[in-house]
Parts: sequence; C-alpha cells; structure tokens
Amino acid sequence: MATTTPTIAAPRSPHRSSRTSWEMYGWIFMRASGALLLVLIFTHLIVNLVMGGGVSQIDFGFVAGKLAKPVWQVWDLLLLWLAMIHGTNGLRVIINDYATRTGTRLVLKSALVLAFTVVVVLGTLVIFTFDPCPVGAPADLLPSFCTAG
Amino acid sequence: MTATTTSPAASVGEVPSFDVTLRFRRFDPDAANPEPFWQEFTVTAHGTDRVLDAMHKVKWELDGTLTFRRSCAHGICGSDAMRINGRNRLACKTLLKDLDLSKPIVIEPIKGLPVVKDLVVDMEPFFASYREVMPFLIAQGNTPSKERRQSPEDRARYDDTTKCILCAACTTSCPVFWTDGQYFGPAAIVNAHRFIFDSRDEGAAQRLEVLNDKEGVWRCRTTFNCTDACPRGIEVTKAIAEVKRAMITRAF
Repeated sequence: MATTTPTIAAPRSPHRSSRTSWEMYGWIFMRASGALLLVLIFTHLIVNLVMGGGVSQIDFGFVAGKLAKPVWQVWDLLLLWLAMIHGTNGLRVIINDYATRTGTRLVLKSALVLAFTVVVVLGTLVIFTFDPCPVGAPADLLPSFCTAG
Repeated sequence: MTATTTSPAASVGEVPSFDVTLRFRRFDPDAANPEPFWQEFTVTAHGTDRVLDAMHKVKWELDGTLTFRRSCAHGICGSDAMRINGRNRLACKTLLKDLDLSKPIVIEPIKGLPVVKDLVVDMEPFFASYREVMPFLIAQGNTPSKERRQSPEDRARYDDTTKCILCAACTTSCPVFWTDGQYFGPAAIVNAHRFIFDSRDEGAAQRLEVLNDKEGVWRCRTTFNCTDACPRGIEVTKAIAEVKRAMITRAF
C-alpha cells in the first residue's frame, strides 16, 4: 500500500526565477498611472480653464508664470511622462493584439517608439530650459514677475 | 371545498409549431476545393424546441452530412457550443422562441479554433491550455486515511468556478484569443481559479507562476465577453480578476 501521495513530475517543481513578471508590472503600472492621471489631468484642466479668468486667461504670460513655479514644473513633468508611457504601453498592447504580421508590428512599434521619444524629449527639454522672461519681448505679454526685462 | 372543474383539453392548447430557417456556416475538408460556404435549411419546429432540435431535424431529415458535436443534449457535457446569431451559446440550451425567427438563425462554429468540418472544431489547443494549469489536486504529505475536510465557507470560496463544463464558449468569445491563440483563455484561468482558491490544494504558487506568463492572465482586457458567453453563468471575468489580485498580493 502506498502511504504517500504519488510524486508528480516536472511542472510541479517551482520555477520562480525562470520567468519575469514584466507583464504583471506593466499591468500594475497601467492601473496606478491611470488613477494618478485622473487627478493630474483634472487638476490641470480646472486650474487652466475654470479657475481665475477661465479660458481667456491663457496666454504666454499665464503659461510662463506657471512653468516658473517648481510645483507646476514637477506637475507637468509627471503629466507628460505618465501620459506618454501609459498611452504608449496601451498602443503597444493593441499592436500586439491586432497586428499579426511581423513586418506590420515592427513598422507600427518603431513609429510608436519614435513618437514617444520625440514628444518626451522635447517636452522634458521645454519644462527644464524654459525661459519665462525672454529678453526684448514686450512687457505686457510677460508674466508679472519679469521686472528686469 | 369542492374542486372546481375547468373545461378540459380545449383550454390547454396545442404547442404552436412554426417554420424556422437555419443558416449554417459549413466547411467540407474532403471537397475538391475546401472553402467555407453558407447553406440554409427550413424546418418545422415546435414552440418548445431548442436550436439543437431544429438542427437534428435538418441532419435526420434533410441533409445527413451536416456535422456537429453533441452528447448529452441537456447543457451538461458542453459539446455543442456554437456561435448562434453572433453569440456563443450551447445549441441545447437556446430555445427557438427566444430568438428572432423572422430572420434565418445564423449558426457558425466557435471562433479562434481550427474548423475540422462544419461546426466541429479542433479543441486540442483549448485543452492544451487547460492541461497547462494543472487542473488536479496538488497536496503534499501522506495520503489521508479519510476525506480531506473543508468548511462550507472554504468550499463557497471557489464554488462558482467548479461549474465549468469546458465547452469553450468563453475562450472562443475572447477577442484576445481570436487574434492570438497563444493566450491561455478564460476557461483555463477559471479552472486554475478552482484549485488556487481551494483550501485543500497546495499548488497555488505553481499555478500562479504558469498564469503569470506573457500569455497568461495579464492579456485579459476585461471585455466581459466570457462572462456573457458562459452557459453556466460563471462570472468568468471576476474569477480572472481574483487570480490577478492573488498574483499581485503574492508579489508584494
């Protein structure tokens, strides 16, 4: 009489290290960034379009004034990066699902990576190197703190 | 009190009968030029008939070459899952009176699996995924001398997913499975769920590891097609979400 359960071969043994959890972290990122983006985007929209003078307040001075404050620099940077990674990953998944030919996948994904890189690099560059008080600009277009100009 | 007698027989009424047109997506692998084609049959059916009854009538009286699977014909064996009017259902559980009979009833094989003949598909890829999640009890230690006891609460935890009959209606309603047959599919995940959440089972880690694969649960897009398709009313998408959650709580 067998007194122990029969031993079951190969797939029974744990093989934790052999697999990565890349897809899981991707999935969690999509959920977390999605929730965060809701807050980031709606605050962005309310501050820009509803509070103060509404839509009509948006001009160079308004944007320059915002981008001169560290809070909005971090805010816009987060918004840019999270939205771009979230959207790019979403499109990557859709391409994986619906583009069956290897060539099509390659072309679509290359275009995706290119678009992602251009937007993220350009956006990050603008946020960090933006000069709110360009020399020689008419004073009435500039934010109020540009007294030196 | 005396029993009141109603007028006999006449008030019972006859079961109505009507003509239904069935439009089949057919495929004959032995034809000179094997191409799928559509074919319509009109049969007389009764108000109490199911789609399967009408199909039997076609096969037995009009065209014996019409090929489909069915075994128990009562919604238990899961052999006759097919795409009826664009929805995956069991032909033996779909009543004709619930369908729009003014138009032909469109009957196709379930999508995403290779068609063998007419409505018969090759289920092997489906069962391969099923086998991969190890759908059997994994328990360590000595063979118990009596049954493995379980509290009613523990049993209720995975009750929903024990109802699966492996008809493949869910897996073949999944748009991810249509475009990529590598995906495990809802049915395999449901059957993994049945053991992962069983208090007597000790193989949860291995099963979760299998489903954490690139083609595992993370490909689920929560479209709820599987929940809609399930003839047993299993909340498939919910079960998949519970497996995802178990994976995340294990990882952190």
